[in-house]
Amino acid sequence: MQIARVIGTVVSTIKNHTLDGRKFLIVQTLDAELNPKGKPTIALDAVGAGVGELVFWCRGKEASFPFKRDETPTDCTIVGIIDSDAHVYRK
Amino acid sequence: MLLARVIGNVVATQKNQRYEGARVMICRQITPEGEDMEYTCLALDSVSAGEGDIVIVAQEGWSASTAATGRPGAAIDSAIVGVVDYIDLLAAENGIK
Repeated sequence: MQIARVIGTVVSTIKNHTLDGRKFLIVQTLDAELNPKGKPTIALDAVGAGVGELVFWCRGKEASFPFKRDETPTDCTIVGIIDSDAHVYRK
Repeated sequence: MLLARVIGNVVATQKNQRYEGARVMICRQITPEGEDMEYTCLALDSVSAGEGDIVIVAQEGWSASTAATGRPGAAIDSAIVGVVDYIDLLAAENGIK
């Protein structure tokens, strides 16, 4: 899992039917110091995240597990919303 | 699996229900000599690891989910599966603390 900031949304009308009603968000992955790391990516939302929020995402096959696991085509899913920037504790 | 140091944790009230009660730790990968590497990741704790501990992180879904929640099928891709006591390195004169 990685920390990320939601920086935008993607609207797609024609998509795999198992993605109907799902929300695509553009996320910028952050490192432990909350600095941007790598390029933005698209993640499916499983927790009701919104633009500007700090979240964490899960990659790979496990990304489809919050949904119909055998049907939902996703490799990146937002699985948690971090309460605020101050709720990232580190040395 | 990778060797990492726990450098902190995050608090998320709203999260996937399979994460309930779990601790989400921030881990930084380290070399066997104990030097910090650039890669950081979040991992669920399954062994009561604390900040500063050197740990083993499994980055495979079935293992991570089973270790952290007791059963497979959760949206978890990384879990801390062990706390490292020490490392014996043939090449190094000094191991890590």
